Amino acid sequence: MGKRTVIPFGPQHPVLPEPIHLDLVLEDEVVVEAIPRIGYIHRGLEKLVEKKDYQQYTYVAERICGICSFMHGMGYCMAIESIMEVKIPERAEFLRTIWAELSRLHSHLLWLGLLADAFGFESLFMQSWKLREQVLDIFEETTGGRVIFSVCDIGGVRKDISADTLKKIAGIMDSMEKELKEISEVFINDSSVKSRTKGVGVLSKQAAFDLGAVGPMARASGIEMDMRTQGYAAYGKLNFKPVVEKKGDCYARTSVRINEMFQSMDLIKQCIAIIPEGDIKVKVTGNPNGEYFTRVEQPRGEVVYYAKANGSKYLDRLRVRTPTFANVPALLETLKGCALADVPILILTIDPCISCTER
Amino acid sequence: MNFVKKSPWILHYDGSSCNGCDIEVLACLTPLYDVERFGIINTGNPKHADILLITGSVNEQNIPVVKQLYEQMAMPKVVVAVGICATSGGIFAECYNVVGGVDKVLPVDVYVPGCAARPEAIIDGVVKALGILEEKQKFARKKNS
Amino acid sequence: MGQQTIKMISSNELLAETLHLKNEGYRLVAITCTNKDGMELSYSFDKDYDFINLRFVTDTEEEIMSISIIYPFSFLYENEIKELFGVNIKDISIDFNNSLYKIPVKTPFKTKEGEK
Repeated sequence: MGKRTVIPFGPQHPVLPEPIHLDLVLEDEVVVEAIPRIGYIHRGLEKLVEKKDYQQYTYVAERICGICSFMHGMGYCMAIESIMEVKIPERAEFLRTIWAELSRLHSHLLWLGLLADAFGFESLFMQSWKLREQVLDIFEETTGGRVIFSVCDIGGVRKDISADTLKKIAGIMDSMEKELKEISEVFINDSSVKSRTKGVGVLSKQAAFDLGAVGPMARASGIEMDMRTQGYAAYGKLNFKPVVEKKGDCYARTSVRINEMFQSMDLIKQCIAIIPEGDIKVKVTGNPNGEYFTRVEQPRGEVVYYAKANGSKYLDRLRVRTPTFANVPALLETLKGCALADVPILILTIDPCISCTER
Repeated sequence: MNFVKKSPWILHYDGSSCNGCDIEVLACLTPLYDVERFGIINTGNPKHADILLITGSVNEQNIPVVKQLYEQMAMPKVVVAVGICATSGGIFAECYNVVGGVDKVLPVDVYVPGCAARPEAIIDGVVKALGILEEKQKFARKKNS
Repeated sequence: MGQQTIKMISSNELLAETLHLKNEGYRLVAITCTNKDGMELSYSFDKDYDFINLRFVTDTEEEIMSISIIYPFSFLYENEIKELFGVNIKDISIDFNNSLYKIPVKTPFKTKEGEK
């Protein structure tokens, strides 16, 4: 048995876009334990519900995270709408679904780029991010913002997408599909990429379940769990099946996310084909009173919003359980027994979003 | 020849931002905006960097980290606060764990507004920072001669 | 969305109820604390989209047993609640001793805005 060494990893580290700190306990080159230290980005925004009223809080909810910004706004609005028993127009449900799937697409492309960067494939990183810009262009054209667009509101959405633009988006999806195929070939078939991801960081189905993993992390280990199947927004009217893989290694997680991107494109096209005409927003008056748990499938997995209202315009409590928070135990488990050189790629394959996690 | 012009390298640190500005900083490096054509590289090593880009506000726990990064950078150096959170705390200013903008702990040279700051604005801010960096270099040379 | 079952229990039934759900094949989704007429703890579980909450109300004095012996990863949730709300949770498998987030304010959620 070698001598034990502790290597501090982070908070500022080239592979991490966001600060998290891990104390890696090593025996020679092998990690035996990883102890997380978080709190570098903790803001305490859940307590802000006591200072901002429930309408204003939509803007704060969108800023829980800049990557799944739209879905955070949507999840929050859905929780409040359920408490107030507001039924939003069908067209708004479809528009939300389109933006949500575009968000998933851009988030997975972003992740794909960061993964390529983590194993030192710089040109692949650039290609993925180049493709991602097309999605951001759609966001900018339809909402005015690239990253945070405040288009979701309690009672519906703020902006409509014209029929012409919808047609254009469907066209962009077709051309992107071809380009994505080219990039994904490299991630799926390139032997040099495969040697870095295959068999690395295996998480068994049982372990994924025991550790409460969610999203692509759980689906790559064979757990079929996708909140979209519960049919919130317009998902009930669309035809899709959760993407599941069995192996549970980095390769399986990459493959799940790549297939989800094709799925997102398909879902957007399905939405555009059947989106009904009509209003995009209902007027919401009064204050919420009651409580509700909403669960939404974000790019990183299931997110839980719990809102409790007391009939005044300030909520009693808003709690967000974000997917990365649920995936951290699974990460710590996969780190045990891995080589030090594999640590960056393992951290990346859970697709960590620290600012979500710490709020 | 008593000096050589160096390509400005950037060190990026995420204070407590929501990620929005961070991904826009990264987007500046990728093909559409491509600041690398100006010789600007995003480095992970503070000793290599000339410009410190900070996104997000500061809190009790990351103040020592931010200070240490700044102190490790060689003189002359400039600090750019990217996004409204790094400028003043923004929407999170009232949170219990937010101290405020980066200027509470470091001398900030350029403020880039926006939530999230657009890549064009970030590039504009970095170009302004380059001008300030040059002034500082000139001043340092004069002092040494 | 699916049903929202909330089952009221007492704090000393927590471990037995949790163990029962674990044996049924439920996954721990989240632990939520709400400061409203005492500290209201909700333990959320899921099995094939069936969503169940165990709930009881406590205060910051009473000792609550950690469920980390049943669901080991509950330590993250429990540390958070202990640090932010000041709920007295005992025997957490990895106890950060109120330094998970290392915030400068002590138990910020314990008092409501304007009550200080």
